[in-house]
Amino acid sequence: MNNFKILLNGIIKENPTFVLLLGMCPTLGTTSSAINGMSMGLATTAVLIFSNFLISLIKNLIPDMVRIPSYIVVIASLVTILQMVLQAYVPDVYDTLGLFIPLIVVNCIILGRAEAFAAKNGPIPSIFDGIGIGLGFTLGLTTLGAVREFLGSGKIFNFEIFPESYGMLVFVLAPGAFLALGYLIAIVNKLKA
Amino acid sequence: MKKLDSTIGNMAIVLTVVSVVAAGILAYVNQMTAPQIEKIKAEKLSKGIKDVLVSGAAPVVQKVDTMKNEKGDITAIIYNTDKGAAVQSTDPNGFGGNLTILVGFDEAGSIKGYKVLETTETPGLGAKASTWFQKDGKGNIIGKNPGEKELVVSKDGGDVDAITASTITSRAFLRAVNAAYKAYKSGASCSAPAVAADECVNDSVDETSTCSNK
Repeated sequence: MNNFKILLNGIIKENPTFVLLLGMCPTLGTTSSAINGMSMGLATTAVLIFSNFLISLIKNLIPDMVRIPSYIVVIASLVTILQMVLQAYVPDVYDTLGLFIPLIVVNCIILGRAEAFAAKNGPIPSIFDGIGIGLGFTLGLTTLGAVREFLGSGKIFNFEIFPESYGMLVFVLAPGAFLALGYLIAIVNKLKA
Repeated sequence: MKKLDSTIGNMAIVLTVVSVVAAGILAYVNQMTAPQIEKIKAEKLSKGIKDVLVSGAAPVVQKVDTMKNEKGDITAIIYNTDKGAAVQSTDPNGFGGNLTILVGFDEAGSIKGYKVLETTETPGLGAKASTWFQKDGKGNIIGKNPGEKELVVSKDGGDVDAITASTITSRAFLRAVNAAYKAYKSGASCSAPAVAADECVNDSVDETSTCSNK
């Protein structure tokens, strides 16, 4: 499998949101608007690329029985570094994402990809897998966020399309997340079939 | 290179090394970013104080009072300036948890402006609090004085219109405003010399005084 295929694999064939159904907690929690979903996706992508790269580098130094705690330490450190850097240099992004950044640690996409891909492949393919899965996650979150924002408040990326008072509030709330996600998964599976 | 075997020795060494390296890197990054984070927090605070008090020159903070409840949680922080005071106040009973606001008062106690600092209210409903009570919002509280008449939503017999379908948030918000006003008034008396010593602990080192909230 060449690197380009690995990239596409993450975005389409193994899209973490619509196909693998990984990382549902941040998916449902952060997609009340398109911009929130996209920021969460991009932050996760950053962590994913670095964690895949580092873990594929050190995979032979880690004995099998302690690999999970070691990976978790690596991932948690990366997330904390990301949080501190965002807070210090891009406070605006931190303000929107602050609460969700620690959630990235327990995002099963990252540990899942470390286990399923980085622990078995070299550093370069692992980086591509990180980018692919990360972009796939970002795409999924942005789509879901856009649908919820549009139906719930009549806007997409804060551009007003119809007046907010006609919006169906339920889509901004938690039940709407499940509804929208269910329909999106159905549509994606139909298109893929 | 072959994978290391899972012997006790190997596992102990690897886990120790991984943790030590991670801790080292984190400590280094923390040291690099901490001053910058402090700076941004301070800037945000002074901008917030300016926003709720005046348009024009930034007010000078002269004194900071911190109010605590019996459990030691901070309930209000009062920033006394040369143009009135900005009070940060938290109400724990918002619809989604804590609702923290910053309210600006002039010397007479009238509300000059406010800002929602921290909220977990529902987007599209309670989250409207950041605009609803502003001067051009439907539940305008700017210019009102909580000392003359406590701010209460119209449903509870007051004269402030609650956010549509978000009475709980509106109540929490107004409670926070009233609490901020009380903190501001008692903070002012707390700094006066007549107050008994056990109610007012003045820390002369950083000019911060702590009042126990009765």
